[in-house]
Amino acid sequence: MEIDISRPILDRNERLAAENRILFDEAGVFVLDLMASPGAGKTSTILATIAALRDRYSIAVIEGDIASNVDAEKIAAHGIPAVQINTGGACHLESDMIRRALDTLTLDTLDLIIVENVGNLVCPTEFYLGEDAKVMILSVPEGHDKPYKYPGIFQITEAVVLNKYDTIEIFDFNEDEFRSVVRSLNPTAPVFPISATKGDGVAQWAEWLADRIEAARKTRATR
Amino acid sequence: MHEMGIVSGILSAAVEAAERSGATRITEIRISVGELTEIVDFALHFAFEALAPGTLAEGAVLTVNRVGARSRCGQCQTEFEHDRFEIICPECGTFICELIQGRELTIDSIEIDTPDESGEPAGDAAATAQPGSSGS
Repeated sequence: MEIDISRPILDRNERLAAENRILFDEAGVFVLDLMASPGAGKTSTILATIAALRDRYSIAVIEGDIASNVDAEKIAAHGIPAVQINTGGACHLESDMIRRALDTLTLDTLDLIIVENVGNLVCPTEFYLGEDAKVMILSVPEGHDKPYKYPGIFQITEAVVLNKYDTIEIFDFNEDEFRSVVRSLNPTAPVFPISATKGDGVAQWAEWLADRIEAARKTRATR
Repeated sequence: MHEMGIVSGILSAAVEAAERSGATRITEIRISVGELTEIVDFALHFAFEALAPGTLAEGAVLTVNRVGARSRCGQCQTEFEHDRFEIICPECGTFICELIQGRELTIDSIEIDTPDESGEPAGDAAATAQPGSSGS
């Protein structure tokens, strides 16, 4: 006997993400899901973004890692609330992990939560967490051919942060080719070359993020 | 290997529906997977073989329907099929296209064995069986 089911496989994750979304909207907080490979500079980019925006926005960070709390400690050292999620082997964050992390944050006092996803260019693309935007970082040493190998993440990201741009002369990174492939996969995504540790280019990226935050506020206000 | 998480989702939805229908076992699970998802068939089947034993779906066939990618042109509205990379309208050449198909990740249906005509109940959940019910 055949039984029709016709349901999304990630039904539970989607449902919990929708609940997260309601919590974020009620508190008026913008949530950014930041995705990249291990070592691309996610934590450094977050610290640089915090430095650029902390005067304007009240920020918190949710750190996703398979193990340890070294990243959360780095963020907390700058006086920013940071929650560490240890996925215990899982290669990506899911909505219920975010929900549990929210218990330790005071949402009403926040304007921006940056979620650092687990270092991985594949799995985080399939899991909606309730965020306002997914953004990816690629670092120059990883090579300009990454969009050919991992097209999925380049297609769902809203913007591409190109980190470690100060090393472009050392690595054989073809920026024109990179930009052209990114454009073909995702025509509307801007590319922001930055050096998170030196600060170059961070202002432009932070301005884009601030514009997105303001746009989300306006949308919420008109609802 | 997020296929493990995907397969857990498939199994829980399939087993829940099968129990509701008083099934004695699941013989086939049919799912649809879009070409633009990051899901590998080999890893799906590997995870399924690891996780299905001990559930109603032990020994079931996992049938994967791959759904091709399709977009609609934002300028001339032409609908066209494409691969992962060349998402360009074949009529007017624009890049600005809206994806209408290719990111599916759904469990479509299951095939189950039910108890024979003698009316013997199959399992605990058989009392309130709703054959054919699709849930949501």
